[in-house]
This record gives sequence, structure tokens and C-alpha cells, in this order.
Amino acid sequence: MAEIQSYTMNFGPQHPAAHGVLRLVLEIEGEVIQKADPHVGLLHRATEKLAETKPFNQSIGYMDRLDYVSMMCNEHAYVMAIEKLLGVEVPERAQYIRVMFDEITRILNHLMWLGAHGLDIGAMTMFLYCFREREDLMDCYEAVSGTRMHATYYRPGGVYRDLPDSMPKYQESKFRSKKELDRWNSIREGSLLDFIEAFTERFPGCVDEYETLLTDNRIWKQRTVNIGVVTPDRAMQLGFSGPMLRGSGVEWDLRKKQPYEVYDKVDFDIPVGVNGDCYDRYLVRIEELRQSNRIIKQCINWLRDNPGPVIADDHKVTPPKRIEMKDDMESLIHHFKLFTEGYCVPEGEAYAAVEHPKGEFGIYIISDGANKPYRVKIRAPGFAHLSAMSEMVEGHMLADVVAVIGTQDIVFGEVDR
Amino acid sequence: MPELIAGLVPQFALNFWGTVPPLAQYLVTTVFKILILTIGVILCVAFSTYFERKVIGSMQARIGPNRVGPRGLLQPFADVIKLLIKEVIVPSQSSKFIFVIAPLLSLTPALAAWAVIPMNDWFVIADINAGLLYVLALTSVGVYGVILAGWATNSKYALLGAMRSAAQIVAYEIAMGFALVGVLMAGGSLNIGDIVNAQSGGVSHWFILPLFPLFVVYWIAGVAETNRAPFDVAEGESEIVAGFHVEYSGVAFALFFLAEYANMILISTLTAVFFLGGWASPFEGWTFLNNISWLAWLTAGGLPWLFVKMCFFMYTFFWLRATFPRYRYDQIMRLGWKVFIPVTIVWIGVEGAMAWFQVGPWAGMGG
Repeated sequence: MAEIQSYTMNFGPQHPAAHGVLRLVLEIEGEVIQKADPHVGLLHRATEKLAETKPFNQSIGYMDRLDYVSMMCNEHAYVMAIEKLLGVEVPERAQYIRVMFDEITRILNHLMWLGAHGLDIGAMTMFLYCFREREDLMDCYEAVSGTRMHATYYRPGGVYRDLPDSMPKYQESKFRSKKELDRWNSIREGSLLDFIEAFTERFPGCVDEYETLLTDNRIWKQRTVNIGVVTPDRAMQLGFSGPMLRGSGVEWDLRKKQPYEVYDKVDFDIPVGVNGDCYDRYLVRIEELRQSNRIIKQCINWLRDNPGPVIADDHKVTPPKRIEMKDDMESLIHHFKLFTEGYCVPEGEAYAAVEHPKGEFGIYIISDGANKPYRVKIRAPGFAHLSAMSEMVEGHMLADVVAVIGTQDIVFGEVDR
Repeated sequence: MPELIAGLVPQFALNFWGTVPPLAQYLVTTVFKILILTIGVILCVAFSTYFERKVIGSMQARIGPNRVGPRGLLQPFADVIKLLIKEVIVPSQSSKFIFVIAPLLSLTPALAAWAVIPMNDWFVIADINAGLLYVLALTSVGVYGVILAGWATNSKYALLGAMRSAAQIVAYEIAMGFALVGVLMAGGSLNIGDIVNAQSGGVSHWFILPLFPLFVVYWIAGVAETNRAPFDVAEGESEIVAGFHVEYSGVAFALFFLAEYANMILISTLTAVFFLGGWASPFEGWTFLNNISWLAWLTAGGLPWLFVKMCFFMYTFFWLRATFPRYRYDQIMRLGWKVFIPVTIVWIGVEGAMAWFQVGPWAGMGG
């Protein structure tokens, strides 16, 4: 009798559902997966090594490029690690701004995830609806940092600058009528905070809209319920974090368990799942969208009432004001030193982790006292999730692999770094 | 209506036509009809792609094509030109003859099935008595193109797509056939023209009312049969990239595309013909409309009504695509075998009882 072999199939790296450059070698029996072997490293850019060769501040921009759909959260972990080593105090206003932008980033990330997950399972419209809202949040990024994606907005000691008082507006052109223009610009009349507030008013309705398309949809449920089930114990053994862990019913969120910045002063809930399948993780993330919206609202209220500095006044670490440099020798020296060799960080090591939209994102830095880190280690949540791929898809069908990739919210920038 | 056309032709042409032998007359008129119909279908395909992109665009909060021609109306032609001038790449490991012939095997049945479909009470290319059987036969032959394409490509993705497609068509062909048995019982004929005539007399006589479950099954099976969302597992973009036509490019791909859309239009038209009274006007029998001069045209049947009904079903195709996630392959099988086939069988039984006791459309038929 002939030996029966299972069919080996290459899934990616050039594949519409590979979320970038995932390469899976699938062993399948008909359409049923026997084994899935993820091959990573196609997007390796040696971020950790690069960071060792540059002054601390110059690597902030690289952090954006790790998980390129939740940019500021990556920066956050990095600057927090440096702050720990330096012992710098961050002004409260800067902390609120950071929390607000972390949550904006969470919404950005979850919208990207929802759109891509929907598209993977065939609900194409989700993708475009999600991108409609993402566009507004990208505008917030742009208003505050000048860039839509790779913001480089956080600095050790605070944030680069205060929130702007005006929003950029659309210009008239032959493709845009006056009426259209007025409609688009109507929410951009006030400050950035007004713009974000208008968004938070509108956003819960948008989430309802997504839910009418998916939550009770029979096909959506058939495709996600009981797919990729992970038990709570197994999820912890595999090193899951974030919605992947909470979807399995483990209530673990760094924002609550080891509050950083001002998360202990804002009010929000942590949603957890029950069954640990794709559907529960979907529900968890949808609820996180609503909770993030809640946090943003609280931050807006606080920020409106409490003006103040947004970056620490320690000019060994943070640049002095332009105006001071005009007639103050020391400021000029500080500026020169900061922008040529950077600052030296005392010898030691620090680990700082944030509740990134995908899970626990940590940065471990060892400093030997120089102006560059001796070693930077990035703890990316996606890597742990991806390593559970085979376990999650075993026995499922080919179409479920796509659903599982979607539910893991894989982004190769952070997995391969 | 033929008399009206005759009125437009000058007398000497009619005299000449009279001298042509009858066989040649028949051949010329038939070829002419085929040409009209084929060009009509292909134009419909071209503009249904535009229609689809606009409809889905509006549902997805975007614009759709608006650059080529006024409001993007020339976009289909731009697409055709693009596809025509692209290279057809034949994979070196493929079975070349089958690879090339597969798109044709897919397109030919999709166009040939139109032969028996009456556009109005006189325009039909082949007014045959087994019209319904012919349609069933040709819609299932179309899957050979898909299977052979998937096989000949010699790619694992294409093979998976072909296998899925084959299994799906087998499952849904049965449900579709059973649904048509119900139509056959209600219409009392296999001739499609007769089926439409059996529904004359206004909306209350349309088969959609007594055969509603069969209508739903037939329509959903039709969507599945054309491999459209949410049943598009044969080409499931996010799973097997493009399924059976993953290696096709240029004209060869265009033929598959044409076949898919021709099939969609065919299924839409058939649904209109079998369940919504075909070319019949929904206002038929509203005699008071005839007294209002500017509304009198509403009661007359004809191609425009068929076209409107067809467009409605095409819209529904696009609507489904914009709304639903994709079924998984085994769930499609489950739906076909475990839901649709039992539903049709039960309803055929119900119909039999209705006919026996002479209720509904069978009232006064005398057994």
C-alpha cells in the first residue's frame, strides 16, 4: 500500500491574509490542518542592535516602527524604561497626554485589527468602515506630531510639545465642493481637544455600527465561535498577554495590576472572555474600544482644566526652550550637548512594560553609563502569540487558520523587529 | 412586435427576403438573434461590474470608479482594454491545452444557457419543450471549466479551489433542481415560456407566493452556484488567494470573469422568470391604470420589466457581498445538504398536497 502523506502547503509570505510577511508551512489532510509551522524573520531589521549604536533619544523613532499600528504605545515603553534609569519625574499633564494618546493608539490598533480580521473572514465592508474612523485618529497624530503614523512624540521626561490649539483644515480644490469642505472642516474649527472630543461623542455609535454587522451575524459566529480555543492555564503557560489572555478569561491588565502614568486616576473596566475562542476575543476587543473611548473622555476633561508643562524641567535630559537659549549660556550648552552626544544614563538596568493594545510590551535596557544603551531587549506580545499558532489551528480547517491569524492580531514589525 | 419591426423595413428588402430559401431565412434570423443576445449579455456584464463597484462603494462609504468617462461610466471598457493587452502567462508545469481551454469551458455554457430564456412573449432563440432541463444541464456543465482550470494549473491553491467548487456545485445543484421541480409542478411545463405564461394575471399569480421557501432556496443556491460571496470559497481571497484562477492573467482571466458575471445575470434572470413572472408587469390586471394615459404603459409586460427584476437580483448579489462574512467550506456543505435539500423536499410534498386538494394556484385545475 502506498504511504499516505499529508499535503504540505506554503501559506505566504506573499498571501493576502498573511498580515505582512507571515510564512506558514501547513501540513494539511484535505482541508484539515495537521500542523502549522510559522517561519518568522522576513521583516527583521535589527532594531535592538540599531538601538545600541545610537544615543537614547534617537531610537524613539525606531520604536514606532516595531508595531506599526500602535506606534505611541511602543514609544511609551521605551521612554518609560529610560525614565526609570534616569529617575526623571514626568509632569502630570504629560502623563495625561500620554494616557490619552495610548488610548487613541489602542483604538487605532483595534480598528486596524477589526478591519483586517473582518476582511480575512470575508466581511470586506468592515475594513472600510474601520478605516473611516482611523482617518480621524491619524489626524490627531498628525496635529500633535506632524506625522500620521510614526509620531516620535514621547520623550524621556514628557512629550515633545503641548497639544495644539488649532487643527489643520482641508483646502479647497477642484475635486472638493465648498459644501463638502465645510462639512469636513466643521469638526476641525476648535483645538485638538475639541476634535478628539467630537470623535469620542461619535465613536460609540460607530462601534454599534460594527456590531450590527458582526456580533449577531450567524456566519460571523459560525466562523469564530469555538475556533482557536485556548484554556486560561494554557494561555498563561504560552505567555499570552493582552486581549489574547483576557479572551481566555484571565483578568490581567497592566493598567490595573501595575498602574503606570495616571491609569490609577481614570475610571475604566477590563473586559474578559469566557470560552477563549475567536469570538470571545472579538468581544473583548470591541469592549476595549468602548473603554478606551471612556478613558479618552476623562483625559480630555482633565487636560482642559489643567494647563501646565508637558516635559520635565531637567535640561540635562530635555531640551531647553528656544527663547531661553537666546540669552542664557547654560541653555545653549545644554542644547548643544543634547543634540550632539545626547545624555548619559547612569549605569544599571530597567524593565518597563505597558499594556500595549496587543498585550504586554516591554523594553529591557541595560546601561553602562554611556550615552547609548548597552543592550535593549524588546518583549513583543505578538511573538508569544504567534508561537501558539500550531496549537491553535490544529484540527481546524484552512479557512480557520486565517481566522486565527486575525484573532492573534499579528503585526510583523514587532514579531520580527 | 415582429410586425412592428417589419413595418420599419423598406418594401424592396421584404421582397428580397421572400426569395431567400426558408432554411437560410431561419439561419440568418437565428444568428442575428444570437448576436443581439450575446452582445446584450456582454454589455450587461460590462456594466454590472460598474454597477457592482458603485453599489458596494456607496455601501462602504466610498465613491467607486469616477475617473474614466463621465461619472466613471467608461471604466468597464478601460478594464477590458487593460485585460486584453496583458500577457497570458501559462505556468511551465501546467497542462497547457487544458489550461487554455478551461476558461472557454467555463464561459460557453454561461452564454449558451441564454438560448432558452424568453426575453418577452416572442423573443427567444430556442423555444424548446425541455428548456428547464437544458438550463439545469448547462449551469452544471460550467463547473467543468473551474475544475479543469484548477487541475491544469498544477498549483495547490488552485487545486483546493477546484475541489471546493466541485463539492459545492454538486451539493447545490441538487437543491436547485428540487426547487425547480416545484416550479415545474406549479407551471405544468418544462418550457420556460409556458412557465412564465402560467404566472400571468398579476402579482398574486406569481410563483413566489405559493413557492416562497423554494424561491429562497433557489436564490441562495444560485448565489452559491455562481461562487459569489458569502459562498465564494472557490476563490476565497483571504484563504486560497484566488482559488482556481490563481495563475490566470489577461484574456484568460477575463473569460472567467465574464463567465462569472454572465452566470450571475443568468441566475438573476432565471429567478425572475421562475418566481417573479418573468417579463410580466407587476401592475398587470390593474385595469384602472389603463384609463390614466400617462400610466397605461405600466400594465404592459415586456423586456423592461424582466430587466428591472434582473437588476434587483443583481443588486441583491452585491448587497450580500458587502454585508456578509464568508462561509467556511464545510459549513456550506452543511447548509446545502442538511438545510436546503430537506426544505425543498418538504415543500415539494406540500405542493403535492396543495395540488391534490386544489388550493392556491391549483384551484380549479381539476386534479
